[in-house]
Amino acid sequence: MSEKFIYLDHQATTPVDPEVFETMAPYFCQRYGNAASRNHSFGWDAEKAVDLARQKVASAIGAQAKEIIFTSGATESNNMAILGAARMYREKGRHLITCATEHKAVLDPMKALEHQGWDVTVLGVDDEGCLNLEELRQAIRPDTVLVSIMHGNNEIGTLHPVAEIGAICAENNVLFHCDATQTVGKETVDVGEMGIHLMSFSGHKIYGPKGVGALYVRRRKPRVRLEPVVYGGGHERGFRSGTLNVPGIVGMAKALEMSLELRETEQPRITALRDRLQAKLFTELDHIKLNGHPERRLSCNLNVSFAFVEGESLLMGLEGIAVSSGSACTSASLEPSYVLRAMDVGDELAHSSIRFGVGRFTTEEEVDEVARRTISAVQRLRAMSPLYEMVQEGIDLSTVNWSAH
Amino acid sequence: MAYSDKVIDHYNNPRNVGSLNKDSEEVGTGIVGAPECGDVMKLQIQVQDGVITDAKFKTFGCGSAIASSSLATEWLKGKTVDQADQIRNTDIASELALPPVKIHCSVLAEDAIKQAIADFKNKNPSSAESVESPATRS
Repeated sequence: MSEKFIYLDHQATTPVDPEVFETMAPYFCQRYGNAASRNHSFGWDAEKAVDLARQKVASAIGAQAKEIIFTSGATESNNMAILGAARMYREKGRHLITCATEHKAVLDPMKALEHQGWDVTVLGVDDEGCLNLEELRQAIRPDTVLVSIMHGNNEIGTLHPVAEIGAICAENNVLFHCDATQTVGKETVDVGEMGIHLMSFSGHKIYGPKGVGALYVRRRKPRVRLEPVVYGGGHERGFRSGTLNVPGIVGMAKALEMSLELRETEQPRITALRDRLQAKLFTELDHIKLNGHPERRLSCNLNVSFAFVEGESLLMGLEGIAVSSGSACTSASLEPSYVLRAMDVGDELAHSSIRFGVGRFTTEEEVDEVARRTISAVQRLRAMSPLYEMVQEGIDLSTVNWSAH
Repeated sequence: MAYSDKVIDHYNNPRNVGSLNKDSEEVGTGIVGAPECGDVMKLQIQVQDGVITDAKFKTFGCGSAIASSSLATEWLKGKTVDQADQIRNTDIASELALPPVKIHCSVLAEDAIKQAIADFKNKNPSSAESVESPATRS
């Protein structure tokens, strides 16, 4: 392959910004103290760095420093919030509410609780990935303890109306956990205005390091308590034991600080690149479908189904370009994306979906190159697709009696 | 996931992509799979005097599915119908070095061959004996 590698999968992860890396560097070999060491300067130095980071992270989301618990990432934060709240408030009730398009890091702890006797309501979404707020309202029962709804969806980018969900939860005296991993540092996130009680996010989606994340835990009106998931030395006010990942925490705070500083220029630039890619694909190709809400979605996200072309074969034709397929043909189950399934996109189109994720270092040339190569790969694969041929012949595929296997 | 060189070669240079006249008496067509499963294979053979003179395919599916059907058409050409009936998915899978999760692609190709042969025999009920050349009955 002569082409240079193009990374367009920024919802999966992002590169560490060199400035972030520089900020972290001293905390590996020189300033390596344990933030919990109270009796020497190494410890005090580390503690100071963590305190400063905590302050920065808190102010980025409209929280107080004491409300930030550092974790190993959003998956841990989600587990902590859901398992922790459910177990702490089990006397109040054992009913939880979530949504079908949540990340597995929310759905799986919910499932685990279900096996342990909790009752979980999983709300559906419409064909653009949007929740029906009336359905949420009706799902809340006297024994409902927690509602967990994400802010921006990692696959299709659809943004949920978090502030309205927060208001509904407040009215009903139910805790609201929000997985904001895709939006913190990108979209406006304010835990106060949005009525969020618990919020998960991570470092590596915002040009920070992997292995570090945070959980916001509200301390006032109401004061939220959690049963710990990880027990030990009582770090992080007992919420999450374990020696603090000082370089990671410093890096995450720096990354978040930078993301907010750059947001005013980056957000429109990234949106324009995404729109440019979308326009090119939709102009050149027929039978393609945008997945997710056309406006209310992450500005970096473009999820498209190319009908009559299977996603994995399309990825093969995009060698040197990093994008993500909603088709999971590599797994033994051959299941397409559960998010697209929940939206009733149809399994056939779900198998044909590609997620493009524009990022901070993406250039216009890269977007044009990706558009050009995607278009030619789709055209090439359609020329060998029996489905495309049938449609050209005027056959309605839904009337064909397929031999499912 | 890494693909074998042979899969990549068939994906980049698929052999015998296209369609034969499905209404012709000489042509047998097999269509297997389903769009919602993520793969559909169409495989066609043209039979003259009991020998497969041409084979074409079109496939909606992953690279391994495309490669399996492409390889199948290569193998089919020049074989008698009975010889073609002997092609097993395991032969295709081992030739392409398919990993376990992709074995179903080769199964699909074998099914497509069988269906194409069945379609041809259906159109030509009398051909069932005529294609049995002594050479294939060792």
